[in-house]
Amino acid sequence: MKELTFETLLAVFEEIFGAGLFWTMVALAVVVTLAYLFVLIRDRHIAWRKFLLAQVSMPFGAVAAVWFVLTMTHSQLADLGGPVDVILMLGIAGAGAVGAAILVYTAQSLVQARRPE
Amino acid sequence: MSHNVNRRQLLALAAGGAALASAGTPRRAEAKTRTSARIVIIGAGAAGTALANRLVRRLDGARITLVDPRVEHLYQPGLSLVAAGLKPADYVVSKTTDWLPDGVELVAERAEAIDAEVKSVTTESGRSLDYDFLVLAPGLVLDHDAIDGFSLDLVGKNGIGALYAGPSHAAATWQAASRFVEEGGVGIFTRPETEMKCAGAPLKHTFLIEDITRKAGNRGKADLHYAAPQGSLFGVPIVAEKVRMLFGDRGVTTHMKHTLKSIDPGAKRAVFEDAEGSRQEMGYDYLHVIPPQRAPEVIRQSGLAWADKWTDQGWVECDKASLQHLRYDTIWALGDVAGVPKGKTAASVKWQVPVVEDGLVAAIEERTPTETYNGYTSCPMITRVGRAMLIEFDYDNNLVPSFPGVIAPLEELWISWLMKEVALKATYNAMLRGQA
Ligand SMILES: Cc1cc2nc3c(=O)[nH]c(=O)nc-3n(C[C@H](O)[C@H](O)[C@H](O)COP(=O)(O)OP(=O)(O)OC[C@H]3O[C@@H](n4cnc5c(N)ncnc54)[C@H](O)[C@@H]3O)c2cc1C
Repeated sequence: MKELTFETLLAVFEEIFGAGLFWTMVALAVVVTLAYLFVLIRDRHIAWRKFLLAQVSMPFGAVAAVWFVLTMTHSQLADLGGPVDVILMLGIAGAGAVGAAILVYTAQSLVQARRPE
Repeated sequence: MSHNVNRRQLLALAAGGAALASAGTPRRAEAKTRTSARIVIIGAGAAGTALANRLVRRLDGARITLVDPRVEHLYQPGLSLVAAGLKPADYVVSKTTDWLPDGVELVAERAEAIDAEVKSVTTESGRSLDYDFLVLAPGLVLDHDAIDGFSLDLVGKNGIGALYAGPSHAAATWQAASRFVEEGGVGIFTRPETEMKCAGAPLKHTFLIEDITRKAGNRGKADLHYAAPQGSLFGVPIVAEKVRMLFGDRGVTTHMKHTLKSIDPGAKRAVFEDAEGSRQEMGYDYLHVIPPQRAPEVIRQSGLAWADKWTDQGWVECDKASLQHLRYDTIWALGDVAGVPKGKTAASVKWQVPVVEDGLVAAIEERTPTETYNGYTSCPMITRVGRAMLIEFDYDNNLVPSFPGVIAPLEELWISWLMKEVALKATYNAMLRGQA
């Protein structure tokens, strides 16, 4: 690949999703991340009960992410052919797990905040 | 559309991270060169379009004219996936005008003659376009008539496939191939004796149909043969050896030095000429045809082709490092039409475009160009649904991996499959827009 710069990477992502969708997704990712930071700062501590539930969601996130990627790319687990494939797959599972945890934790915190004290 | 939505989620995390990290990075602004040069580009395919998009960013005041009658733009690497039932025909189709930048003129006609002495191109309607600089990027033509008994309306019926011929023929190829996948029999996969675009594609089709037959539980009923005029399975020796081993593993019988000459579609028989020049007849239930490939008529007629090389094919006579014509220094060849020993892939186009761009801008600025093309050619060689080898090489048959130590070129990997299935079209589109 020639000139794999950050701009090229952005251009590739814009092409995969279309520019509009891509930047909407980016905005969503930013919103969730900001919401997570917001509840952390607001509450000034990690609520361990919520964290527990968030942790419980992690395996589901991991499995969902792996299943999703395999289905979308006409692939099976048996196609993993070398170390880099395994690393990539672990990365996808990890991303799914962390994403699920952040989402669940943030959602709980936001919902709870809306309840009258 | 469903691909988009799904990929959105698939890559949301990576994309989000990437965008976050880059927030606020302005696009690099280059100082433009002022000129009133008239630049004509013949062909608005992968090469012509990518070059036009880059030139408008480099030049201020240039008159850039693209000549191409084709309304549809084809993402040709996708044809292999269409012909294996993995993508619909419209996966490869867009419009030529979708990709062209503002400030260039498209003449939607075929270029019919080139006069390099008076620097003028004549179109099919007789319009003449004078130029200061000319870029030849008309791709190549498929010579289906060279195979006796074959015609494109046979594709999809009677066990005949021809995926190179375009999106609808690639879809029809899958119709014929899917019957073979179900019913088995003898499958013959061929390649032409001429140079060809994406020399990996005949192999990919063989590997894909073998794998799909196996997964359908019908491999026992199927007998697969690969027949090619060359003496080895691939132009790069180390890759040829690897493919030989894989064909051994998959049970594909090879027939080297076998050139497809004619077919009898009624009797389902194909005639080959072998190394000694004698006729070899083979019956088939599925036959995949890739015809000989040549430079378009306009190149062969205009005296711009090599006189002593590829005389039956007519590729443009140019320097293999600068792609500049050897006899006319205001003409460059770009893409499939270039008479260089490697490089008939879209990935090569990506490496050639900056070279021609630099050559042209340098000529305008009256300086010496600095960019050269090393023959870079790339082919994500699919070896089954879900796995591929990311093969990249140069003029000297060296492997030149983009991700050394991470993605091994001669290993069947899932990540290389993802490159072909997910990333290649996006990278190709980015290239068309001049961004990669
Ligand atoms: C089945 C298949 C699989 C492939 N797989 C891969 C792959 O995996 N990876 C990869 O990198 N590459 C692959 N390729 C190769 C890649 O598609 C080509 O190398 C690339 O498109 C070449 O670009 P080009 O601009 O030279 O030609 P093209 O993209 O073919 O464009 C040529 C244009 O010139 C126009 N034209 C022709 N004659 C004239 C004329 N007389 N006047 C005006 N215009 C004219 C045509 O209408 C066309 O629009 C594959 C190709 C095929 C067929």
